[in-house]
Amino acid sequence: MSALRRFLRTPEAVAGAILLAALIAMALSASLLFPGDPQAIAGPALLPSFQDWSLPLGTDRLGRDVLAELFHGARTSLAVGIAAAAAALVVGAVVGTLAGFAGGLVDEVLMRITDAFQTVPSFLLALAFVSVVGPSLGIVVIAIALGTWTGPARVARAEVLSIRERDYVAGARVIGMHPLAIAFREVLPNALPPVLAMSSVIVAAAILTEAALSFLGLGDPNRVTWGGMIAEGRAVLRTAPFLSIVPGIALVLTVLGVYLAGEGLVETTAVRRGLS
Amino acid sequence: MNRALTLLRRRLVGSVFVLLIVVIGTFLLLEAAPGDAVDAYIVSTGGDAGMIELLRHRWGLDQSELTRLANYLWALLHLDLGQSVTFSRPIRDVILERLPNTLLLMVSATALSFGLGSALGIYAGARPGSLRDRFLSIGSLALYAVPGFWLGLVLIVVFAVDLRWLPIGGIETLASDKTGLDRAADIAVHLILPVSALGFIYLALYLRMMRAGMAEVWRQDFVLAARAKGLSRRRIVLAHVARNALLPLVTMLGLQSAQMLGGSVVIESVFSVPGLGRLAQEAVASRDTPLLLGIILTSALLVIVINLAVDIAYAFLDPRVGASEAGA
Repeated sequence: MSALRRFLRTPEAVAGAILLAALIAMALSASLLFPGDPQAIAGPALLPSFQDWSLPLGTDRLGRDVLAELFHGARTSLAVGIAAAAAALVVGAVVGTLAGFAGGLVDEVLMRITDAFQTVPSFLLALAFVSVVGPSLGIVVIAIALGTWTGPARVARAEVLSIRERDYVAGARVIGMHPLAIAFREVLPNALPPVLAMSSVIVAAAILTEAALSFLGLGDPNRVTWGGMIAEGRAVLRTAPFLSIVPGIALVLTVLGVYLAGEGLVETTAVRRGLS
Repeated sequence: MNRALTLLRRRLVGSVFVLLIVVIGTFLLLEAAPGDAVDAYIVSTGGDAGMIELLRHRWGLDQSELTRLANYLWALLHLDLGQSVTFSRPIRDVILERLPNTLLLMVSATALSFGLGSALGIYAGARPGSLRDRFLSIGSLALYAVPGFWLGLVLIVVFAVDLRWLPIGGIETLASDKTGLDRAADIAVHLILPVSALGFIYLALYLRMMRAGMAEVWRQDFVLAARAKGLSRRRIVLAHVARNALLPLVTMLGLQSAQMLGGSVVIESVFSVPGLGRLAQEAVASRDTPLLLGIILTSALLVIVINLAVDIAYAFLDPRVGASEAGA
């Protein structure tokens, strides 16, 4: 309880928590409030907002309910953002721990691979991956994780390098623990805090990348995405800019919420290393 | 000078390995794609089974994967990226034709974000905790949350559609016979919106880094010493605090280059700028795998070169680098 109170001390963290709570509520209530297919035609095309109260935000070019799309889009954004960030953090932590703990040739090879992934623009990599394997939710998640695991890997490695010299690691060696067991049971958990401190930045980046991918038509075609809605609205940008602007505002508020809550969390736990 | 050369040599050797991993990695990824260049070609031109057979043989696609990878690497050594199916031209030529536009966009956006970002960062960091500091730090966080492509669309709605001040897209006025300065001015006008859309996001990054860096420097003893000497606040901020906080931003400049290249893919698509990013999207749309591979390699090479340049610049800016580099 006191941790929560400490978290909610700064106005930024409160704002972030409210934004995130609203987003999660939107995602969870999407099928309750708007059952049925959000991509189905709900009314006349290009109905302006605040005219028909059964369709408060109006309809898009194909007569789909904008508000329903917005709610279902929150789901996709959140799911992809969290899944991709989780994948990136797990892969990064494992690779970083292996590289840092093993040292020598293993370290050299793993770090050169990390370099290679950081050299290719991550968005270009995601674009190529999705276009090769085909757009679906899982593939988009993998594509985003491909470009984001390198940051956590570097942070984890740096942390492991300092931890592996500690006495308790030497102790674990003396009692004959397997090196892999030492690496993953003793070292990794202690190297995690600075890696986890990166999670809000990574979730935010993943949400933005997903939006950009679906904006370019590489999102899962069977799901409503905010990026896809912005792209849809682009065709009628001159006459109905509202259609592109509203899902964009939803994106900005979501990412802002993630950042603010993340900063609040980092300050609460006072883990400031790794976030530079 | 010697120091910089040693650094350069070690980084070059590392870069060759990294590039090799990138080549093999992307080659394997694109191998996994369903259909090959011949399929893409036949879809667009038509042709029978005999034709397919002939083309597969001529383009060496009937050989084993390993042979093809070896052939590809061999061709790369001769700076040959192969033939683009959609453009019916050497990929190298297509890429070189588009590259200047992307470079122009990137350099301008970097100048905007770095210049304005660090200036605002100094302004905010000069008085930590003040109202303007808090305002700028929240404002930059909000800016950092904005997707570049959406900002681009909003800018189009406001400045091109509503106000009609600026062109809606493209790199220059089509079918105009402008030359020299007129043409440069025309391109500059076309670049204002895409550069803003690409640069403003990173502006927030540099602002925040500068501010955070200055907060660290403020606490150091030499700042206290400068104050004790009776230097003016303005001089302490500019000559001591900001100057020492600026170095990490230079490193960031290199690290961000890959991000910015990625960002320009979407921005170029929003503003119809005929650059590398738009080319990548065209390659995806027409399933031109060799072209996509070429673009990825060119981008990787560009990122490596930029980072090398930044490292060398850093070695000159910070005399401490050479001393610690020996062990790192």
